[in-house]
Amino acid sequence: MTELSTKAMTKSGKKFKFGFNRKQLCIPYALFLVMFVVIPLFVILYYAFTSSDGSFSFANFAEFFTNKTKISTLLISILIALLVTVICLLIAYPVAYILSKMKKSIAFILLLLFVTPMWINFVLRAMAMKELLSLIGVSPGSFANIIGLVYDFLPFMILPLYSTLIKMDTSLEEAALDLGANKSKVFIKITLPLSVPGIISGAMMVFLPVMSCYVITDTFSGSTGFTVIGKLIAWCFLGENGTLTNVNGGATISLVMLVIMFLTMLATGGFKSDNSTRGTNL
Amino acid sequence: MIKKFFSRGYIFLVLAFIYIPIFILVIFSFNAGKTLNIWEGFSFKWYANLGVVGDVVLNTVVLAVVVAVTATILGTLGAIGMFYSNGKGGKLMKGISQIPVVNSEVVTACALIMLFLLLGLSNRSLVGLFLGHLIITTPFVVLSVLPKLKQMDPSLYEAALDLGASPRQALTKVILPEILPGVFAGFMLAITLSLDDYIVTATLSPLGFDTISTAVYKAIALTTEAASMKLPIYRALTTIIFLLTVSVVVVINVRSKRKQKREGGK
Repeated sequence: MTELSTKAMTKSGKKFKFGFNRKQLCIPYALFLVMFVVIPLFVILYYAFTSSDGSFSFANFAEFFTNKTKISTLLISILIALLVTVICLLIAYPVAYILSKMKKSIAFILLLLFVTPMWINFVLRAMAMKELLSLIGVSPGSFANIIGLVYDFLPFMILPLYSTLIKMDTSLEEAALDLGANKSKVFIKITLPLSVPGIISGAMMVFLPVMSCYVITDTFSGSTGFTVIGKLIAWCFLGENGTLTNVNGGATISLVMLVIMFLTMLATGGFKSDNSTRGTNL
Repeated sequence: MIKKFFSRGYIFLVLAFIYIPIFILVIFSFNAGKTLNIWEGFSFKWYANLGVVGDVVLNTVVLAVVVAVTATILGTLGAIGMFYSNGKGGKLMKGISQIPVVNSEVVTACALIMLFLLLGLSNRSLVGLFLGHLIITTPFVVLSVLPKLKQMDPSLYEAALDLGASPRQALTKVILPEILPGVFAGFMLAITLSLDDYIVTATLSPLGFDTISTAVYKAIALTTEAASMKLPIYRALTTIIFLLTVSVVVVINVRSKRKQKREGGK
């Protein structure tokens, strides 16, 4: 494409001008990204490695990694996030699989039914589930939390799984059946491996947000005090009257979260962006 | 036959799990009483009282629209620019643009607070709130515009130039109409993300500025006396939002189906 366009550009004599023009369009966004995404990352580093008087120190990290409550909150967050991801996957995979085998027009309507609640405010949805749980007598705590988290994140798992399964070449499955594999073998050897990209992007949409989604835990924990790591960060910045209580401590936990994020990204081979559009371009 | 029965039953069960809480809320929004367990008679009184949360709704909608419009312009221009800057710069920018998508909102919001702090600015302000929402929405606009640029026939733009269009005309009359579905999807996404957001709003908004998310959170999680008094009103609000959402989804999809049919019939 580049070679072709260069030729076209030289021919019309506008090479420099319009090549420059189109690229120029991203300057505002580039500046925006540098100002509000890149620089803040370095600001986190700065605050994480300084004490409250501004001098360099490792004290924040020492404090974090020796504080039993903080460490256990971190571990519990990872566990809960894993658990919720697995539950969502177990519920969503059959849904996506059944939908992908249905007649297109029916599957489309059902899929809409699954994703429509995503457009209702997420705190309102949590409120709905909380009221239902208290109505049927489920007491606040870790179990209620898991239900609440699964409830809020399930649609995010269904969508990427469905879009991977629907794009899959069905002739591969048919070929395997023709060659004598039984249905469960076809599923394990063909369908499941081919849907791994969908599983990964679905898991990314659930795992990382759950760790920081303290709105849900605040809603479903009652007086049990059960919470996730995101709450610890928010605490450092949400003082009673808008005061910042512990900026350096918050920066440290933020850095820990960033490291976990990058590790997850490395482990899963990056984020599949085309599935992250929440179904607006169904 | 049995298999079909099971798969239909399974789909039905999961849908029930998703919709039962919402339906219960909808039903009890017509309850004259305040609680969910006792039905005290049919009433519209919570709907009549919706005015109480009017300012909260107004805050939410104005913020979402302003954010979505800005994010759409910034993101669309950014996507076009990035798409045509091949080489390291473009790639790096695409990578950086992904950071807010995968980063947790708490970290995004708190990093912004720290930046303000370092610059000696207030940690809670309308500008900060606007910027925070812009950070979490704009990358999604970029993500929905980029695929449309990839799908576009690259020679269209050059043909327009060869036929005498200025680069600006080629951009507005050729590229923009081609990628418009992506731009629209990005706009819708930006609106929903902003409407949905709790964390960024809670950490960056000026004290006393509430959106639906933060106000409902105060009513259910903090359960202060005054805040929980409003709970039945929020049930009524949820009902209205639910109906609005359903009708928007239906209208958009019926229209796109019709368009597909028209284009298919050509």
